[in-house]
Amino acid sequence: MAGGPPKALPSTGPHSLRDMPHPLAGSSSEEAVGGDSTPSPDLLMARSFGDKDLILPNGGTPAGTSSPASSSSLLNRLQLDDDIDGETRDLFVIVDDPKKHVCTMETYITYRITTKSTRVEFDLPEYSVRRRYQDFDWLRSKLEESQPTHLIPPLPEKFVVKGVVDRFSEEFVETRRKALDKFLKRITDHPVLSFNEHFNVFLTAKDLNAYKKQGIALLTRMGESVKHVTGGYKLRTRPLEFAAIGDYLDMFALKLGTIDRIAQRIIKEEIEYLVELREYGPVYSTWSALEGELAEPLEGVSACIGNCSTALEELTDDMTEDFLPVLREYILYSDSMKSVLKKRDQVQAEYEAKLEAVALRKEDRPKVPADVEKCQDRMECFNADLKADMERWQNNKRQDFRQLLMGMADKNIQYYEKCLMAWESIIPLLQEKQEAK
Amino acid sequence: MEQAPRDPERQLQPAPLEPLGCPDAGLGAAVGKEAAGAGEEDSGVDTMTHNNFWLKKIEISVSEAEKRTGRNAMNMQETYTAYLIETRSVEHTDGQSVLTDSLWRRYSEFELLRNYLLVYYPHIVVPPLPEKRAEFVWHKLSADNMDPDFVERRRIGLENFLLRIASHPILCRDKIFYLFLTQEGNWKETVNETGFQLKADSRLKALNATFRVKNPDKRFTDLKHYSDELQSVISHLLRVRARVADRLYGVYKVHGNYGRVFSEWSAIEKEMGDGLQSAGHHMDVYASSIDDILEDEEHYADQLKEYLFYAEALTVRTFSLKGMTTKLFGQETPEQREARIKVLEEQINEGEQQLKSKNLEGREFVKNAWADIERFKEQKNRDLKEALISYAVMQISMCKKGIQVWTNAKECFSKM
Repeated sequence: MAGGPPKALPSTGPHSLRDMPHPLAGSSSEEAVGGDSTPSPDLLMARSFGDKDLILPNGGTPAGTSSPASSSSLLNRLQLDDDIDGETRDLFVIVDDPKKHVCTMETYITYRITTKSTRVEFDLPEYSVRRRYQDFDWLRSKLEESQPTHLIPPLPEKFVVKGVVDRFSEEFVETRRKALDKFLKRITDHPVLSFNEHFNVFLTAKDLNAYKKQGIALLTRMGESVKHVTGGYKLRTRPLEFAAIGDYLDMFALKLGTIDRIAQRIIKEEIEYLVELREYGPVYSTWSALEGELAEPLEGVSACIGNCSTALEELTDDMTEDFLPVLREYILYSDSMKSVLKKRDQVQAEYEAKLEAVALRKEDRPKVPADVEKCQDRMECFNADLKADMERWQNNKRQDFRQLLMGMADKNIQYYEKCLMAWESIIPLLQEKQEAK
Repeated sequence: MEQAPRDPERQLQPAPLEPLGCPDAGLGAAVGKEAAGAGEEDSGVDTMTHNNFWLKKIEISVSEAEKRTGRNAMNMQETYTAYLIETRSVEHTDGQSVLTDSLWRRYSEFELLRNYLLVYYPHIVVPPLPEKRAEFVWHKLSADNMDPDFVERRRIGLENFLLRIASHPILCRDKIFYLFLTQEGNWKETVNETGFQLKADSRLKALNATFRVKNPDKRFTDLKHYSDELQSVISHLLRVRARVADRLYGVYKVHGNYGRVFSEWSAIEKEMGDGLQSAGHHMDVYASSIDDILEDEEHYADQLKEYLFYAEALTVRTFSLKGMTTKLFGQETPEQREARIKVLEEQINEGEQQLKSKNLEGREFVKNAWADIERFKEQKNRDLKEALISYAVMQISMCKKGIQVWTNAKECFSKM
C-alpha cells in the first residue's frame, strides 16, 4: 500500500491519501479516530527515534502522504492549466459576509465560508459555515502538523502592524476577508492539501470547537515529540538545490520587504499630496469670488483639482487594499517556505546521522537496516514534495505578481486618465472666454 | 530730461499729467489703442510717431545673465549678477531686426528704474519686478539668488518687466526708460538728477495723510480692498502650490526606488527577470520626469508672482490716490492760518486758488488713474487666463507622460 514508489501515484494520489490514515489509526489506538488521521512525520520521526520497534512497521506512511505531490511537475502544470480554464475544478470555496459578534467576554468577527464540491469526500454538494480568525489559525496549524512536507499558505497577520488600526473597521475586515479567501483558495487549489481531513472538517463541521477539543490530547504529546526531534541532529550540508531555494527565499523576502516599504512610503506621500491638493483647489475658489471675468475659469480650475484629488484618493485606496496585502502574503509565504525547508533539513540530518551510525557498525551488520532505509525514503519523499510545491509556488507567484504589478500600472494609468480628462475639459472653458473677448 | 522738474512747484505735484515725451497725446486714446493691441512688440508703433526716441518699432530682450564680482560703494568685494539688455529695431519693410543697443544692467538698476517710475507716474500701475530672492520655494528648489535656475527665471522676469513698460502707452515714452536701454554709463546720475528721491519723500508725507481722508472715493476703497484680497489669495495660493510641488516631487521620487529594487529582484528571477528589469527602467524614467514637470510649473508660479507684486503695487497706488484726495480737502490751509494775518489773506486767496487747481488736478488724476487701472484689469484678465491655460496644458502633458510611462511598465509586467 503506502510503500508504493512515489512516482507511480499521480493519478490515484488523492485516493491513496484517503486510504492512508486508517491502517495507521488502527496501529496506534490512542489517536482520536477521524480527528487526526494523518500523523505528522515529525511525530513518526520522534517515535522512530524513541521507540523504534513500535512504529517502524508504519514507517512508510509519509511516502504515501506525500506521493500525490511528489508527482512530476507535469501534473502541476496540468492542474495549473485546469485552474485557468476552471472547467475541471471540483471544489469551490468562498469567504464572504463578515459579521461582528459582541459577547460579554469578547468581540470578534466571523466570516461565512461557502463550499461547493462534487468530491466524494463531501456528503452534501454545498456547505455553509461561519468561522472566525482563530479557526483559520487552527486549520493552518493542523495542516502544518499533518502535512509537514508541504508548503502551507500563510494567514494574514493576527495583529496589525500599523498600530492604531481599528480591528473592526470595514476596511480592515474587508482586507482580512480577502486574505482569508485567498488562503482557502490556495489550499483548495493544492492537489494534496485540499484533501486534508482537517480542511474537510473546517469546511463542513457544524461545531468546530467540539472537533478541536478532540485533538487536544494529541497536540500536547506532539509538542513533546517535536521538541525531542529538534534537539536531535545537525545537518552537515544542504544539497545544492535546496541551498539555492533557501538563498532565493532570503533574497526574495528581502526584496519584497523593500517593495512593501516603498509602496507604503508612496502611499504616505500620496496622502500628504492629497492633503495639500485639498487645500490647493479651494484657494482657486476663494480667488474666483474676487473676480468678475476670471471667476469662471478659476472656478473651473478649482473643480478640476477637486476631481484630481478624488482620483488620487481612489488610487491610494486601491493600492492600500489590493497591492499591500498581496505583498504581505508573499512575505509570509516565504517564511512558511523557509520553515518547510528547515523541517526537510531535519529529516535529512536524521538520515545522515543514522547512516553514519550504521557505517560505524558496518562489520557487525553487512546490510543497511530497514529503519535507515525508511528514513531515506522519507527524506526523498520530502524532497520531492518540497520541490513540487516550490515549483507550484513559483508558478503561482509569477502569475500573482504579473497580475499585481499590471494592476498597479493600471491603477496609475486610470488615475492619470481621470486627471487628463479633468484638465482637458477646462481648456475650452478658458479658451472660449478668451476668444469671446 | 529737458522738462526735468527743476521748479519746486512741480516737484510737489504727484502726477505729471503730461507724459514727458508726448505732451498732447490723449491719455484715454492711448490706453484704448494699447489695450486693443496688447502685443509686446507693437509698443512703439502707434504711440511714438512724434517722439524721436521711438521712431521705429523695437524689440527688447534680456538675453544673458552673467555672474560678476566688483567693488561696491563701500569698496567691499561683492558678487552680483548682470543682465545683458539688447534692443533691436525692426524694419517694417523686410521685417529684419537690427541690433541697436546692447548693455549690461544689474538688478539694483532695474529697481532704481522702477522706483523712479513709481514716483513719476503715481496714477499708473507700474509693472513689478521679479523677486529679488526666491520666495514660496519648495524644498528642492534653491533659495540661493546665485542659483542658475533662479537667475534664469529672473532673467525672464526682468525681460518681462521691460516688455511690460515698453508696451505701456505712457511709460514707454519715458526718457529715463529710454536711457536705461541705451546709455550704459551715467544713467544713474541722470536718474538722480531728476530729483525723484525728493519727490518720493513728499509722497511719503502724502501717505501719512491717508488716514485722515474723510470721504474716500468708493471705487478706490473697493480697489484697495480688492488688491489686499488678491495679494492674500495669491500668496496663499503660491504657498500651497509650493507644498503641492514638494509632495508631488516626493511621490515621483519614491517611485524611483522601485527602479532599483526591481532591477535587484530581477537578478534572482528566471522568467520574470527581463520584465522586471525593464519595468524598473520605466520607474526610473518616471521618477526623473518630475524634474522637468516642476521646472515648467515654476514658470506658472512666476506668472502668479508677477500678479502678487502687481497687487502690492496696486495697494501702494490706492494709498497715493487717497493721499491725493487728502490734498483736495486742503490739509495745508489750516497750517498757513497760523502765519501772520497780513500774509494770511493773500495766502488764503492763494490757497483757494491752489485748492481750485488741485481740485481740477485731482479730478484729472483720478480719471487718468482709473483709466490705467482699467487697462491694468484687462491686461490682468488676459494674462492670468493665459497663465491658467498654460498651467492646464502643463498638467495635461504631465498626465500624458504618466500614462505613457505606466503603459510601458504595464507592457513589461505583462510579459513576466
